[in-house]
Amino acid sequence: MGSYLPLTAAERGQMLQTIGVSSVEELFRDVPREAMDACRWDLPAGKSELEVREAITALAEKNRVFRLCLRGAGSYRHFIPAAVKAVVTREEFVTAYTPYQAEISQGILQGIFEYQTMICELTGMDVSNAGVYDGATAAAEAITMCRDRRRTKACVSAAVNPQVAEVMRTYCFGSDVELVEVPAKDGRTDPDALRRLLGADAAMFYLQQPNFFGLMEDAEALGRIAHEAGAKFVMGVNPIALALMKTPAECGADVAVGEGQPLGLDTAFGGPYLGFMTASSAMLRHLPGRIVGKTQDVDGKTGYVLTLSAREQHIRREKASSNICSNEQLCSLTAGVYLAAMGGPGLRQAAALSMSKAHYFAAQLEKELGWKRLHSGEFFDEFAAECPDPDGALRRLEDHGILGGLPVEGGLLWCVTELASKQQLDGVIEILREVNG
Amino acid sequence: MGFPTELKYSRDHEWVKMLDDTTALIGITDYAQSKLGDLVFVNLPSVGDTVEAGEVACDVESVKAVSDIISPVTGKIAEVNEALNDAPELLNNEPYEAWIMKVEEIADSEELLDAAKYEAFTQEEG
Amino acid sequence: MKTIFELGAEGRGLSLLPECDVPVVSLRETRRTQPRLPHVSENELMRHYTALSNRVHGLNDGFYPLGSCTMKYNPKINEELAALPGFTKLHPLQPQDTAQGAIEVLYRAKTLLCEITGMQDMTLQPAAGAHGEFTGLLLIKAYHRSRNDTARTEIIVPDSAHGTNPASSVMAGFRVVNIPSGPDGCVDLEALQKAVGPQTAGLMLTNPNTVGIFDKNILKITEIVHRAGGLCYYDGANLNAILGVARPGDMGFDCVHLNLHKSFSTPHGGGGPGSGPVGCKEFLAKFLPGPVPVRTEEGFALVKPECSIGRVRSFAGNFTVVVRALAYLTELGREGIREVGRAAVLNANYMMACLKDTYDMAYDHVCMHEFVMTLAGLHEKTGVSALDIAKGLLDAGIHPPTMYFPLIVHEALMIEPTETESKQTMDEAVAELKQLYKLAFEDPEALHTAPHNTPVRRLDEVQAARNPVLRYDFGA
Repeated sequence: MGSYLPLTAAERGQMLQTIGVSSVEELFRDVPREAMDACRWDLPAGKSELEVREAITALAEKNRVFRLCLRGAGSYRHFIPAAVKAVVTREEFVTAYTPYQAEISQGILQGIFEYQTMICELTGMDVSNAGVYDGATAAAEAITMCRDRRRTKACVSAAVNPQVAEVMRTYCFGSDVELVEVPAKDGRTDPDALRRLLGADAAMFYLQQPNFFGLMEDAEALGRIAHEAGAKFVMGVNPIALALMKTPAECGADVAVGEGQPLGLDTAFGGPYLGFMTASSAMLRHLPGRIVGKTQDVDGKTGYVLTLSAREQHIRREKASSNICSNEQLCSLTAGVYLAAMGGPGLRQAAALSMSKAHYFAAQLEKELGWKRLHSGEFFDEFAAECPDPDGALRRLEDHGILGGLPVEGGLLWCVTELASKQQLDGVIEILREVNG
Repeated sequence: MGFPTELKYSRDHEWVKMLDDTTALIGITDYAQSKLGDLVFVNLPSVGDTVEAGEVACDVESVKAVSDIISPVTGKIAEVNEALNDAPELLNNEPYEAWIMKVEEIADSEELLDAAKYEAFTQEEG
Repeated sequence: MKTIFELGAEGRGLSLLPECDVPVVSLRETRRTQPRLPHVSENELMRHYTALSNRVHGLNDGFYPLGSCTMKYNPKINEELAALPGFTKLHPLQPQDTAQGAIEVLYRAKTLLCEITGMQDMTLQPAAGAHGEFTGLLLIKAYHRSRNDTARTEIIVPDSAHGTNPASSVMAGFRVVNIPSGPDGCVDLEALQKAVGPQTAGLMLTNPNTVGIFDKNILKITEIVHRAGGLCYYDGANLNAILGVARPGDMGFDCVHLNLHKSFSTPHGGGGPGSGPVGCKEFLAKFLPGPVPVRTEEGFALVKPECSIGRVRSFAGNFTVVVRALAYLTELGREGIREVGRAAVLNANYMMACLKDTYDMAYDHVCMHEFVMTLAGLHEKTGVSALDIAKGLLDAGIHPPTMYFPLIVHEALMIEPTETESKQTMDEAVAELKQLYKLAFEDPEALHTAPHNTPVRRLDEVQAARNPVLRYDFGA
């Protein structure tokens, strides 16, 4: 049984005496008897730490860890420098509470301030919050940022990650905002359809860049269409791609959000991840969640505090635009450490390697196997290609410890990052050749 | 500061300065700003919005709280004091000069007190 | 202390990635400006973050009696297990038959948490308590919609509730009806009876409430709401008080959310990540956000319930946080779990009894896992506020209790020792608090200007809000 209770029997006795009761049960006198007697507590017996380690490790060993991962679709295996884990496993960072007592939390607050700076540098936007749960909830919160009394419709491109669109839809079920899907043509958002669907009641248009199929959208042009209709332009972006691509700021975005998992977080079967949110300064007060600001103390020393708190739920309550309280703080710190370790050149290198290897692999699939891409547009490090036997291909790859592309309509959605060597990719082609028959 | 006699006051601690029969400037009193503490942001209403006597018109933020500003009159907002966007502290420093909104087409109002009655009212509250 | 942008030098960096072994390709259109990311060596990087960590007060640094936060000890075995590559290297979209261990983690956690709360099904997808609240309220919304009962637009919330409760209600599309707490800090039954009706979708409640008192009328409360046709939602933030003692499911609650980063020992990370699983009774299970872990003939699977409200997050949730909670529950087992609430309540009552002769307690009543002191009297007599006492504690290396919450108590300080603190630690904290009380009379100025020994002293929050500086200024 767990050893986390330090009280001895003697101490218990002393404490009960100080309180003035004869047993702990007396302290629960307000709890209805029926409730206390109702449960049989059908739970397994406790275990020693040794047994816990064995039991949970056994569960970990029941999972297949693929040595090469060629699947993305919202979760990406990238290189994580050793320094990142060395920093973020420090007990202070792991166990500290939210930095409301700023005087003893300067380490966390400065860490967030630095993260906010770096994310703004990446997206080109003016301001950032401390992060929300994931890229999907960030997209959903962006709808609330843009909505007002007259504009109650949100438009989302059909080329967006379906999970992101689904989360947006669930949030709209709550807020009664109408979510409209803008169809895609050849895997990219159809600008004519966008123009038709944006009315005077459209609050925003959400575009993913690169999109779900890995394709580069004409963000600037689509943003212009959104603005012409008086709607805000929101981009959901891949933070690694940001090292190369035109920034959301350069494309005229009002809000730029995205999934921060590629910035030093393990794929970890889905979480915890990180939703980053940045915006133009005009939209600052609409950003949800915590934000850190720089200030001075009574002696004139530079310090950091949580600020603009009057936006948040603990002060605004039912007038708050978001209910978010706990966020993904340690993940934001992780992203900051990753970006500091990689630096500008390192991040550009990761992006260039990923993109180059993905293009090499796509070219090889076509040249060696005749498996053409499903779409014709420019892509970053993900692409969809035809496959004569997707199940067979994936099974064959699995036998070799490789996780192949994600099955999508018409073929497989492949992702190649800097972790894959040319040798490995050539090996994959050989394995797939057998499937080709 | 205190209680300028040329103004009228609401029980929600706003002051009203009638410019003509149907137009008025609205602000918050010195008593109100001292209770609110240092103000950091004013969520100004929009020009063209209608306000109702007794209903929330907008709100002001201090570091740890949000406070509603209740409109003492019913009418339409003709102008808002944009200076408050950059300097919310004007409400603390010059509460009777720093008006928040100008309301026109005033059709109705709450019961308004004169300076003496309002001063007495604040003493009761305090 | 310098920011990381002021360290290092242009051209300095780590050597992390190899040369490109395929033809280099780039985008046709690239960004016009480069991001100004840090340029530091690994040595400088480690020193910087070590310095930052030395300016953080973690659980390992001292007592953390934060009311309503349940800052219990975070076991190290949990960290070790959550870091296993068999968990961290999994892709969330890898075939389910290759992730059976992971799905079993979710399933086992679900089963244990359902038994602990008296619920019949659960989603582990929400990433935090507030996220769970939003999810639970959507279950209630979906339930009433499925019955074509569209008149139910209101959620009742006590005025003592945490701010997330009304905020979540509004996000879920409801109107909030605040009911006043009685002089005993508990739900005013008459006010509740008056507030319910055909427009009531549900009630959000935490019990014990936010002043640390167990509302003994709980069965009556849930009955009133049910009779009016509404559902009862349990905010699990204060579950630690009754963990292993009683269950919300046995007290009339239809759905609950849990905070794994509170009662279930997962770490706070400086503000997150947490995890906010939502449990429900059988009749609500079909609305749960998908996917939900289930047992099948072959093993385990993640399935989407038939009438799901949809996802509230990508993938299955904050998975490695659930791993930590599962390790904790596995170690505690039946006997350990049954001890938690009892020990937490004993500790809180002990501290309250020790402090009663000096500080004013907000309510003269046995407390649960936390209790609230009011410093309104002290403030009147000496001008020293709850904030000043809290800042005085910082100099003693003790994290202050929760300040100014709940809003229904003036000059509130809420203390929650949790069950993992020793009698010695609590005795020391009590002594320190009494010392500060004396200081308030002897030298109030010292407290007005506290803290004195921390890396920075009181910060100008007005300036930070009036003129926000939210990122580093690179200059030209």
